[in-house]
Amino acid sequence: MSLVKLTASALAVAAVSATAAAARDNVQVAGSSTVLPYASIVAEAFGENFDFPTPVVESGGSSAGLKRFCEGVGENTIDIANASRKIKDSEVKACADAGVTDIVEVRIGYDGIVFASDIKGAKFVFTPEDWYKALAAELPDADGKLVANPNTSWSEVNADLPNQKILAFIPGTKHGTREVFEEKVLLAGCEEAGAFEAMTAAGMDKKEATSKCVGVRTDGVSTDIDGDYTETLARIAANPEGLGVFGLAFYENNMDKLQVATMSGVLPSTESIATGEYPVSRPLYFYIKKAHVGVIPGLQEYAEFFVSDEIAGPDGPLAAYGLVSDPQLAETQALVAADKVMGE
Amino acid sequence: MTDATANSPALPDRKHSGSLMEHTARTRRRNNAEKRFRAYGLAAIGIGLAALIVLLVSILSQGLPAFSQTFVTMKVYLDPAKLDKSGTRDIEQIKKVSTFGYAPLIRAAMQETMTANGIDPEKFGLSEKAAEEMISKEGAAQLRNFVIAHPDQIGQTVEFKFLADSRIDGYFKGRVSMASAKLDSNVSPAQLQLADALKKAGVLKVGFNWGFITNPDASENRPEAAGIGVAIIGSLYMMIIVLCLALPIGVAASIYLEEFAPQNWFTDLIEVNISNLAAVPSIVFGILGLAIFINWAGLPQSAPIVGGLVLTLMTLPTIIISTRASLKSVPPSIRDAALGVGASKMQSVFHHVLPLAMPGILTGTIIGLAQALGETAPLMLIGMVAFVREFPAAPPEGFFDPASALPVQVYNWTQRADPAFTERASGAIIVLLIFLLSMNFLAIILRRRFERRW
Repeated sequence: MSLVKLTASALAVAAVSATAAAARDNVQVAGSSTVLPYASIVAEAFGENFDFPTPVVESGGSSAGLKRFCEGVGENTIDIANASRKIKDSEVKACADAGVTDIVEVRIGYDGIVFASDIKGAKFVFTPEDWYKALAAELPDADGKLVANPNTSWSEVNADLPNQKILAFIPGTKHGTREVFEEKVLLAGCEEAGAFEAMTAAGMDKKEATSKCVGVRTDGVSTDIDGDYTETLARIAANPEGLGVFGLAFYENNMDKLQVATMSGVLPSTESIATGEYPVSRPLYFYIKKAHVGVIPGLQEYAEFFVSDEIAGPDGPLAAYGLVSDPQLAETQALVAADKVMGE
Repeated sequence: MTDATANSPALPDRKHSGSLMEHTARTRRRNNAEKRFRAYGLAAIGIGLAALIVLLVSILSQGLPAFSQTFVTMKVYLDPAKLDKSGTRDIEQIKKVSTFGYAPLIRAAMQETMTANGIDPEKFGLSEKAAEEMISKEGAAQLRNFVIAHPDQIGQTVEFKFLADSRIDGYFKGRVSMASAKLDSNVSPAQLQLADALKKAGVLKVGFNWGFITNPDASENRPEAAGIGVAIIGSLYMMIIVLCLALPIGVAASIYLEEFAPQNWFTDLIEVNISNLAAVPSIVFGILGLAIFINWAGLPQSAPIVGGLVLTLMTLPTIIISTRASLKSVPPSIRDAALGVGASKMQSVFHHVLPLAMPGILTGTIIGLAQALGETAPLMLIGMVAFVREFPAAPPEGFFDPASALPVQVYNWTQRADPAFTERASGAIIVLLIFLLSMNFLAIILRRRFERRW
């Protein structure tokens, strides 16, 4: 008897699932794990202050988010992709091939990338050059010929740095943060050190020289972290000699465990990043599928609320959490209000 | 005995066949081997137990604080000048004031509370803003919800029980100390001193954290408000779906295979495949679920229905294998007797074999469910690793609403920046373990009470 009942209820469930065509009434967001805390803060406040349901926010990385974003138009695809980097041309093309042609690009502010070590360890004062010399797989010698990186301690890289073993935990290649690290630290350091010039002078073309500049050594000195900053923090707790790459907001939440290094003499803070003095920062974005605006209730309102002064402004909760607010926020607000698509 | 020794070809060359009491070298060797084996066995159990104890101690010591929470009780004056500028008490006008408009009320109430309790705000050198920050940001939302529900209370002074900020809460749990507060930009030693004073005055109290069980997830700005409510509901819905689908399908499949199907290469093939499926890594089912249920069937993402269907696929082999085993263990004499008194094949199965096999089937089902309850990997692919704050509706519609799940919530929280979430993740693990333990316990009871031995 109970078997009959169970079968009947199973059939009912199957029947309901077969006719699942009810309109989705919540906004769905996915993408960068760096943007996730900000997006969840906004989603929470949005749910509290509007009559729409709280948006569902997933993480998974910028690339994964944009890939899902570009799967097509329709209720079972996401409405917004968060990204800690600009959308690539290849991704725009993949989107267009799947029918996602109108994309609104929204810059929400800037995020600082900081270099931190264990609170009990030595203090560090870095320049991008130090990082390049410490982590590059191959360094050019006096004749511009590439040799494997011989440096094993920070004092070998720069006499002003403590005599401590080089051990770095840097974001893995699936993270948008890695790109910024390569571009703003390794490449910048490579140019500062004159290595880029030396390589091109030795007859290397620019593209190859760039890839040599950002090529990280694989002899165990540097470890790619594919997980989140919590993993980097755990690695530093286990290896007090290590240096980790973190987001500013993450560091600010763990100041009792980490001490931050200066970069080119500037201490990272929301202020020094806003003024552009601190060199390692990057803009954060989210991308809206225009075809879903007006179809998914609350999507337009969520986007406008995200960039409103009371949220993304300098006194808003996002800035309090660690986002460096965008000086051109008013322009972004106008762009979102008009739903201006990319390339227009 | 004597015959055996006489016929055995190995024994005659044994020279000495003395008393059993006398220990020859060979006996000693054998005894020592046994002793060593016992020691290995004990060591293996010891290692296992030690691992279990370390795990439990670390989870309990980290997670138990999640079940207590610091609250601040304050009287708040619901200022009409701030909440209802039009003075009409029109609900639409009141709704226009966002939670940001409610923060000043908490700021004022904090100052009011300090003076009322004879605490001099000047003494701590805290700004009004710093004092307000000791209350969770959830407070403003709490006020706004109250005012929208009771617009007639505007202009009154109402008592509220607010959550304390996670750092203040952490101070009373030993996670934050004066030394760490000095280094932390989110909390200052002065705030902790004020918290001590408030506790002495009875304004601030530590109590059981029901919110942890009933609240939805919260953003990184307010870990103190985060709970596992949505995750419990999501897990429950998925278990209902798994039970309703996997049990009938699994039992029907095994009865057919065991009792009715002809023995040929085709049924052998099916059997091998079922055993294989049981060993397939669960992430594979997630990929399958994403491709079939979301991309092809168009079911919603992050919904318990998809999670439930994926977990059903994962649980089916477990249920089929255990059901077939328990059907097999019913002796053939039962079937023969039923057939002998004129029952049909189906009657013999449903009236006699199945009831006798039921305890085994249920045990297998419960173990399968417990396995599904703790599964995370396949859920990551179907969008259930998400920040979900809305409770899903009642079933069946609720099966299609976004939800989270317990193991997923643990995974989510361990990735967040604020250390308060680590505590909550361990708390969620404790809840998950309690569910798993009680399910396994139920399975044991069923087996002990109803299983028949032949």
